[in-house]
Amino acid sequence: MKHWSIFGGAMLSLVYLAGCGGGSGGGSDGEGSGGEGEADEVEVIGEDSENATELTFWTFNEQHIGIYEDAVNRWNEEHADRPIKLQAEVYPIDQMNNNLLLSLQSGSGAPDMADIEISYFANFLEGDVQLESMNEYVEPVLDDMVEERFDIYSKDDNYYGMPYHVGATVMYYNTEIMEEAGVNIDEIVTWDDYVEAGEQVVENTDSMMTTVEVDEHFSFWPLISQRGSDYFNDEGDLTLANDTNVDTLQFLDDMVNEHEVAEVTPGGFHHSEEYYGYMNNGGAASLMMPTWYMGRFIDYMPDLEGKMEIRPLPVWEEGGNRTAGMGGTGTVVTNQTEEPELAKEFLAYAKLSEEGNIALWQELGFDPPMYTVWDDEAMDEPNPYYDYFDDEIFDTLLDLNGEIEALNITPDLPDVQSEIHTNVLNSAIRQQNQEPEEALKQAEEAVKSGQTEE
Amino acid sequence: MERSETMSNKKSFSLKGILRFLNSRKVAPYVFVSPFIVSFLVLYLYPMIQAIVMSFQQVLPGQTTFIGTHNYQRILNPTFFQALGNTATYVFFTVIILVMIPIVLSVFLNSKSLYFKNFFRASLFIPALTSVIVAGIIFRMMFGESENSFVNELLGLVGMEPVQWRYGAGTGMFLMVLLASWRWIGVNILYFLAGLQNVSEELYEAADIDGANPWQKFLFVTMPALKPVIIFVATITIINGFRMFEESFVFWENSSPGNIGLTVVGYIYREGIQQNDMGFGAAIGVVLMLIIFVVSIVQLKFFGAFKKED
Repeated sequence: MKHWSIFGGAMLSLVYLAGCGGGSGGGSDGEGSGGEGEADEVEVIGEDSENATELTFWTFNEQHIGIYEDAVNRWNEEHADRPIKLQAEVYPIDQMNNNLLLSLQSGSGAPDMADIEISYFANFLEGDVQLESMNEYVEPVLDDMVEERFDIYSKDDNYYGMPYHVGATVMYYNTEIMEEAGVNIDEIVTWDDYVEAGEQVVENTDSMMTTVEVDEHFSFWPLISQRGSDYFNDEGDLTLANDTNVDTLQFLDDMVNEHEVAEVTPGGFHHSEEYYGYMNNGGAASLMMPTWYMGRFIDYMPDLEGKMEIRPLPVWEEGGNRTAGMGGTGTVVTNQTEEPELAKEFLAYAKLSEEGNIALWQELGFDPPMYTVWDDEAMDEPNPYYDYFDDEIFDTLLDLNGEIEALNITPDLPDVQSEIHTNVLNSAIRQQNQEPEEALKQAEEAVKSGQTEE
Repeated sequence: MERSETMSNKKSFSLKGILRFLNSRKVAPYVFVSPFIVSFLVLYLYPMIQAIVMSFQQVLPGQTTFIGTHNYQRILNPTFFQALGNTATYVFFTVIILVMIPIVLSVFLNSKSLYFKNFFRASLFIPALTSVIVAGIIFRMMFGESENSFVNELLGLVGMEPVQWRYGAGTGMFLMVLLASWRWIGVNILYFLAGLQNVSEELYEAADIDGANPWQKFLFVTMPALKPVIIFVATITIINGFRMFEESFVFWENSSPGNIGLTVVGYIYREGIQQNDMGFGAAIGVVLMLIIFVVSIVQLKFFGAFKKED
């Protein structure tokens, strides 16, 4: 019996897995942080319509529901013969992804529709894809869209995920600090200019020029993407330690440790409580993040209202890209839905229509993937984002259209992310116990050693 | 009508028969242990067999294939060894701390000359009632990196520099061990207190007559009497240590800088679920099971737990 109890104890470690899903805060990935640590919520939209077909929708960001609320209401007015009742459920990001993955793996328990964040998306493209192809709806409108944003959620020419935004990475400048330092932000053209301006800021004010993420990828990934590089090349081969990436990591390292114009982000990443407080108090003069980060300013940094302005990223060389598409979430229809046709048509209605794309801006402050609406009149209507930032957001974005490189998403992406978040940035920038090249090479080896043969 | 009556008669008759059968001397013991057996079969044995099978597979939706020992070959990588190293260090410290300190404290708490005994007992036990996650969040705030965090302010009072607790390998391990120790000391004190009740007063009297000092009494009377409890506590601490997950998760959510907080179970979670590589996760689980098994056997042998009581 004694033996059995030990044995049983050992078993627990395996069984334990089953219990891990609950209670995880998540929130360390991109947009995910909106729903961080909150209790699960359920919202039912279109409740009052009779004979409505019920669809369930899982998401990790409560804000996202806003877009479907708008869409369901319009849909039910236009399609009185087949109304929809949408049950939207919010879970912490890790938990939601684990549950979705396991229910798609096991063949039962999945919702009709779900949000999948880009860092997790690759997991869902492995094996026989358990998602519905959206091609019949995507293909007719693809020309009006920023196509790269659809490519990242596709496999073998099938489009599965419908994006929320372009995620154009921009520079947010705190004009108050910049003026105090005597810097004209419109004269910052190249990254060299940026560092130079940084030196002026550090010299003349109490603030740093910017912050560098070491627990997350929103400092490193946009920069390599801006330069046309990535973790993988177009064929999907790992190119993590290529020259551009080494040089870019060196640049971040230098900004922090050599020029001392930047510091490691308080809390480790730009979605941490520590950072919000720090930035709100004028800790740094600028921030590089995608446009969808605007909402974070409004929600968490109220004191900066009216002080922040948005500009394109500085360039690496003349004529280079001035932005990069970052982060993102694809909404999918799973193959376990009983109403595939209705779910797909509704999703297309919400995400691929002009109204839907305008709502993405008005409801969520996202730069919608359909660029043909960017200069639509409706986009100029006043909203909290224009109050907080300057009025030229979409002029800036229109200007940047075509400068966004696609990201190469492969099944090994989660592996690479985990190396970047745990080892690479930490040892090259925070601890400084490895040279950038060494850190990237080591990460490349680690990912390769974990690769499954296919 | 009649028919159903006879049926129900039959039913009640057979029900009686079943009850009699279940109450018989031979069967009753099995009835009483059956909840354990059923839960063991369903919740332990079946998943274990499944996990072993899965460890030889690549598990993808619709494309589950046997890939031989490939998963096992991949285990021997630096990350796994780091996770194992972290876990082993954690086990080492928790075993030392969670055996030694509770023994000493329980001897004090058992002493007749201690006042407010119940107050101390209760306050040492209360941490066991909290969840690791809740306590861990408080710990994380107390040990925050800014100089205004509670612990760094204390350090400031004695003139020390603020410490980035969650970013160093040593301090990270310290946080995990501290959290586990804080939480489990009370429970282990309970075990040792129970053990102390069984130490015969006569032995202490005899030791007094022989002129033993308190230290000698502790060493030669108390400790040998506590031996079975020590073996028990050490064994569960080792097993719990290898299974540790929450203490690390609550501080870093599975991506600690330089993997300083990565444990073997954390690695299973990361590879198996987060990175959708269930076969590999299962293989790590099987290896972990073997490690726990071997370590436990060695430890029990070392303490002489397999020897017959004389």
